[in-house]
Amino acid sequence: MLKTLQKIRRVGCVSEPPPAASAAAAAREREALQGRILEILGRALCIRVVDAGSCNACELEINALGNPIYNIEGLGVRFVASPRHADLLLVTGPVTRNMREALLRTYEATPDPKLVVAVGDCAATGGVFGESGESLGRISNVIPVDATIAGCPPSPTRLLAGLLTVIEAARGA
Amino acid sequence: MGHRAWFDRGRPIGGAPGARLVRAGRGEWRAIAEDFAAAGARLLALWGQGGEAGEPTVFAAYDAAHGLLIAALGCGAGDDSSSEYPGLQDLFPFAARMQRAVRDLVGLRASAMDPRPWLRHGDGGDYPFVRVAGDGVHEIPVGPVHAGIIEPGHFRFSVVGEKVLRLEQRLGYAHKDIERRFREFDALEGHRLAARVSGDSAVAYAWAYCQALEGASKHEIPPRAAWLRALALELERIENHLGDLGALGNDAGFAFGLTQFSRLKEQVLRASETALGQRYLLDAVAPGGMRVDLSRSGAAVLADTVTAVAAESIELRSIYDEHAGLRDRFAGAGTVTPELAARLGLTGLAGRASGQAQDLRIDRPWAPYDRLGPAKCGATGGDVAARVEQRFEELAESCRLVGRILEGLPAGESIAPPPACEDGFGVGLVEGWRGPVLVALSIGEAGRIRFCHPHDPSWQNWPVLEHAIIGNIVPDFPLINKSFNLSYSGHDL
Repeated sequence: MLKTLQKIRRVGCVSEPPPAASAAAAAREREALQGRILEILGRALCIRVVDAGSCNACELEINALGNPIYNIEGLGVRFVASPRHADLLLVTGPVTRNMREALLRTYEATPDPKLVVAVGDCAATGGVFGESGESLGRISNVIPVDATIAGCPPSPTRLLAGLLTVIEAARGA
Repeated sequence: MGHRAWFDRGRPIGGAPGARLVRAGRGEWRAIAEDFAAAGARLLALWGQGGEAGEPTVFAAYDAAHGLLIAALGCGAGDDSSSEYPGLQDLFPFAARMQRAVRDLVGLRASAMDPRPWLRHGDGGDYPFVRVAGDGVHEIPVGPVHAGIIEPGHFRFSVVGEKVLRLEQRLGYAHKDIERRFREFDALEGHRLAARVSGDSAVAYAWAYCQALEGASKHEIPPRAAWLRALALELERIENHLGDLGALGNDAGFAFGLTQFSRLKEQVLRASETALGQRYLLDAVAPGGMRVDLSRSGAAVLADTVTAVAAESIELRSIYDEHAGLRDRFAGAGTVTPELAARLGLTGLAGRASGQAQDLRIDRPWAPYDRLGPAKCGATGGDVAARVEQRFEELAESCRLVGRILEGLPAGESIAPPPACEDGFGVGLVEGWRGPVLVALSIGEAGRIRFCHPHDPSWQNWPVLEHAIIGNIVPDFPLINKSFNLSYSGHDL
């Protein structure tokens, strides 16, 4: 136990500020962002991730958002276990034919109003897998998509920036 | 006929060292399998090639002490009944699913095979799971969409109370028809798709693909390119082991482990981006070598990071070892005894934690592993604790190897692009972090891919997970599943 506590003390806080337009804004960005999420939703943003057939690289980077350096929970964003608890679906792909029905059902199970963000080149365009009988290509071929985040896979910084843009746009709408 | 005689009859093929191909007659297909099974050799992969690339053919790749043998059985272009080939599921149990995949993808049927579809689900309809009858038995269906941030798949548990009587998996949800997609690529571009068969093993796949391609075109790569590929492969192993060690701690209720190991993983990913241009090296390996070279400053960043990670991992290992709660959850969970592992063909990292001491980097080293001398790590416990230990051991060894590579990295070119190749066949075989990754590549006219089959070690290990969970409690499944950490996408093709 002592070793664990000593390790926690030595490592300290390693979280970095989220991506901001300017370096000066970065320091205030975290608090402002929490405030904006609260303003829009009145609580934390709840995200449900759906892998509709990806190669799993996008999942690795989405998982990295939870590490102490990006510390996405500290920004007021939570990954939830059920679509019924979600405000936003983060979908990786391409959508396979075998996942089409599960994706549609997940979408329908998510309460309105909801946002859908397609993550990664495959989810945005079909990517390297293209479209065929088994790979149905981009997510928007199956469910409505509000925004896409490009990259193969997109880095955590890009994912964060993409999510911020979506939240901002939702507030504007 | 002993299994060595089949090697003598085969012709050498390019790519993995010591690889040979033998055309089997109808009666010989079973004889080869029986000889290799009797010699204790492993079946590495089984795949089919459809009629669009010549005669429909089924292939089996065997790994024996002195080489890799690929047996090919032509199945004629006839109707369904004449294209039935002898099944191997009695000799190598995990062949059952690969044979189902061959039927789904190219229509060739094995004798006495499971009639249910595997990768092609068709238009829904009920999938007949095996029912467990008895007082108080009920089913828990899970997936394909899971609660965490993981890939899609379906698990059907039959339980009494909290105790698991049976687990049946249904996979194929990530099926993208990758073999067909390969045929739309030029051979010199196919590595991009290969790296995305299973993103967490991008380097292993891209290297195996390029090894097959370079073998098919009889092309030598510069020594520096081979060393840089090994650097990338060991970084991939380090990243995955760090990620899993954190997740395993977390699944056992020790969030501290996830926090610390995910921090270390992030450090390695950033060092990788600084030194090699990408966090995950999906586009680093290319035909003829590496798309990126390593600068002196990049090497220094990698060396410093990996040294620091190795030191911190030792410290964290002692915390894991001394944590009573973790030990309680890890020990005895999801046990696969060495006997069961041998019978079911458990491979790679999970196999080594169950007494299957096989590692291609050591058993049949390809350049530069013949020069690096990696140490073999292994355990016999076969439980979650053993798979955690195995990761700690391999993590330490890979950190050492990275240091060794950075010290001994030869000067010279990091890439020598191969010429366009027409009409060639090669096979690549690489020990990825999860286990052996095999790529068989056939190149046709105008340098187009005629056929390509990528094989993930998850094919071997998924069925073993069904055994590992028997008698454990449902709440331990996430932990046991994570301790194998198998690929869905790599398996689903």
